[in-house]
Amino acid sequence: MKQYANVITAYAIMIGLIILVGIFQSWNIAFSIFNLCLISAVMTMGANIQWGYAGLINFGIMGYTALGGLAAVLVSVPPVREAWQVGGLSMLFCLFIIVLIVFSIRYVLKNFQKSKRKNIYIASIIVIGLIILRIVSGPAIHSIEAVEPAKTGFLGGLGLPIIFSWIVGAFFAGGLAYIIGKVALGLRADYLAIATLLISEIVIAIIKHEDWLARGVKNVIGLKRPVPYEVNLQSEQWFIDLVAKWNRGVLDLISTAEGKQAALSQLVIESSSVFVKICYSGLFLTVVVILLIITQKALYSPWGRMMRAIRDNEEAANAMGKNVVKQHLLIFILGSAIVGIAGAMMVTHDGLFTPGSYRPMRYTFLIWVMVIVGGSGNNFGAILGGFAVWFLWIEAAPIALFLINLFTSGLADTNAFKLHLIDSVPYFRFLMMGIGLLLIMRYRPKGILPEKINIK
Amino acid sequence: MDFLNAIILLLNYIIVPALAYGSQLALGAIFVTLIYGILRFANFATGDMMSFGTMVAILFTWYFQSLGISLGVLPTAILAIPLAIVFMILYMLTIDKFVFSYYRIKKSPPVQLAMVSIGVMFVTQAIVRIIIGPFDRRFFDGEKFIIKANQFKEMTGLNEGLTIKSTQVLTIFLTIIVVSILFWFLNKTKTGKSMRAYSDNEDLALLSGIDPKRVVMITWMIAGILATIGGVLYGLDKSFKPFTYFNNMLPIFAAAIVGGIGNPFGAFLGGYVIAFSEIFLTYAYKKFFMYMLPESMEPNSLIQLLSTDYKFAVSFSILVIVLLFRPSGIFKGKIL
Repeated sequence: MKQYANVITAYAIMIGLIILVGIFQSWNIAFSIFNLCLISAVMTMGANIQWGYAGLINFGIMGYTALGGLAAVLVSVPPVREAWQVGGLSMLFCLFIIVLIVFSIRYVLKNFQKSKRKNIYIASIIVIGLIILRIVSGPAIHSIEAVEPAKTGFLGGLGLPIIFSWIVGAFFAGGLAYIIGKVALGLRADYLAIATLLISEIVIAIIKHEDWLARGVKNVIGLKRPVPYEVNLQSEQWFIDLVAKWNRGVLDLISTAEGKQAALSQLVIESSSVFVKICYSGLFLTVVVILLIITQKALYSPWGRMMRAIRDNEEAANAMGKNVVKQHLLIFILGSAIVGIAGAMMVTHDGLFTPGSYRPMRYTFLIWVMVIVGGSGNNFGAILGGFAVWFLWIEAAPIALFLINLFTSGLADTNAFKLHLIDSVPYFRFLMMGIGLLLIMRYRPKGILPEKINIK
Repeated sequence: MDFLNAIILLLNYIIVPALAYGSQLALGAIFVTLIYGILRFANFATGDMMSFGTMVAILFTWYFQSLGISLGVLPTAILAIPLAIVFMILYMLTIDKFVFSYYRIKKSPPVQLAMVSIGVMFVTQAIVRIIIGPFDRRFFDGEKFIIKANQFKEMTGLNEGLTIKSTQVLTIFLTIIVVSILFWFLNKTKTGKSMRAYSDNEDLALLSGIDPKRVVMITWMIAGILATIGGVLYGLDKSFKPFTYFNNMLPIFAAAIVGGIGNPFGAFLGGYVIAFSEIFLTYAYKKFFMYMLPESMEPNSLIQLLSTDYKFAVSFSILVIVLLFRPSGIFKGKIL
């Protein structure tokens, strides 16, 4: 028990902070912070598996998140039949061509000696393939995008419940990770970081500009929720009763029946949005707990030991007969798949998919700050990092405002300097993140909850 | 005649803009490559450091403008560059003293330094946004064009006009000067040689009595000069926006790696490789072929290899291809 003391304290402080937000700001804000903390925690667990277990740098988190989000759209949106009629066949044919290109390149790679001719073959396969793709897809894309461009203009999805997309998102992200891993894993650490960052930018560019796929920057809104809608809840009798029961103390204070009714309906409206958020929290918490159990088991398994051995001394592990390349690829795929789940969860939570909002600052670097601050190699640390950093990221503006007012209290309210500082309050979150990261890297390089391996 | 028109068309829409953009990238890429070669880490704060230098230059430009000082046809920002460089170098040396030097002395792995540079990136970004705000700023003044399209048409009697902006000429001109001084410095002076020696083999350089502190300081000074000039030129040519500068970090990295990281000359050429391929691949060649081909063969479509949306993606794809087939870059840099 004693060895877990610092873990328990850290989590107690974190939960306490969120409860404080609930008391002083509102429960609605508290639960939305909590939900996004949980999503961030899933992302950090993914990054932590790669960095903490295996020492692989993956700056492509943004790309996997976006792919998870794409999965949410492709799974949950009902198919647009008209679009499928005008262009579906051609797009399927394009898919077939792409598969054909990949297999023919594989064939050439396998069956030809290394020579100039081989390179020419590969290049010509790619060029010819791309030309055919453009010829086939061009008119199809045009007609798909012309189908009610204000509302659809894309192929739509499968129309399944959105919760399935969490699994599909994992497969999408894992698939991308397989390709990236095959290409880039041989690179040295900082090159790998740059390469993954750039590849994730390419993925975002494709999602942004291929409107037939998921409407691109026109965004997909109104995705179906896995939890009840506020409006429906407000008319459900059991929910009204529940709210009345919960707030009995407050309601009893009001003497008139009309006043009571008015207060109750107000409370129902407020609690309905909190209730929805609690439902999400339940779903997300389940995912986090399942992942935590699996990753903890993996960490202490022989496989986890092997990963640490590879991380700490690649050559020695190689000499012991461990296939470093294969294990690196495996863990790269696993970690990315977890990030993909988080991406799908995020879109599920927001109910909309906005490719324009995927920016490296928010989805790559912030997640890395979480991993480093929390403690790489320690799953509890990674989750805590996700919580603490996201909390600070959201609450930085109020904190900064408070500090500015405190330090400039001697200045008049119309002072230009003070006004300028108050205007730039949103940017203090970057400052806090940066300074926090630098301080942690300097004075506690292993994070708040460092990696601790006790072999029993 | 048609042939000439086609050439002018290419000059106007591809070659001149690409040369200017390439020069801006090249300056940034040399900055990245110098830091990588001598301090041995990938500096993720590159774009934001450039925006810091540009911000100081803009503030001074505004100050000069309010005093009524100007350079006539040249932009006032030229006057502000030396002052901005001083501030930039001071900022970089401060950061090095308080942040990077600790890890350098401890001989931390490059990955850790790269992580630290992310912290610096956050801080710099915050400082820039707090001081000047996240908005688009234009600070160009003076004569905007050297040749206007209409003038050119009248002068030559061709159908196609050629527009040359003064910022483009200024960019290319300044880049050539800065880069040639830099190469002269690296190759001919004793300090430059000691820097190259340090980059090549640190221990051997230390044994031969090269002072590492001095090398590091000079590296940051050169980096400050390059970052500020590159940033100001980009800002003059397009406009200054902190977010754009952060994003520019990616093609700059691509340029540095394509050229062979650690190799300044490679980085210089890498900038142009990236710029030209971005613009070549996303330009619509319809008009070009209309001039070049007989009327019966005129194309119907835009003849665009990739839509302009994929401009950034082009440079990243080039990088991925280079990493795959020639991981040490086109010109051999440090072996990966």
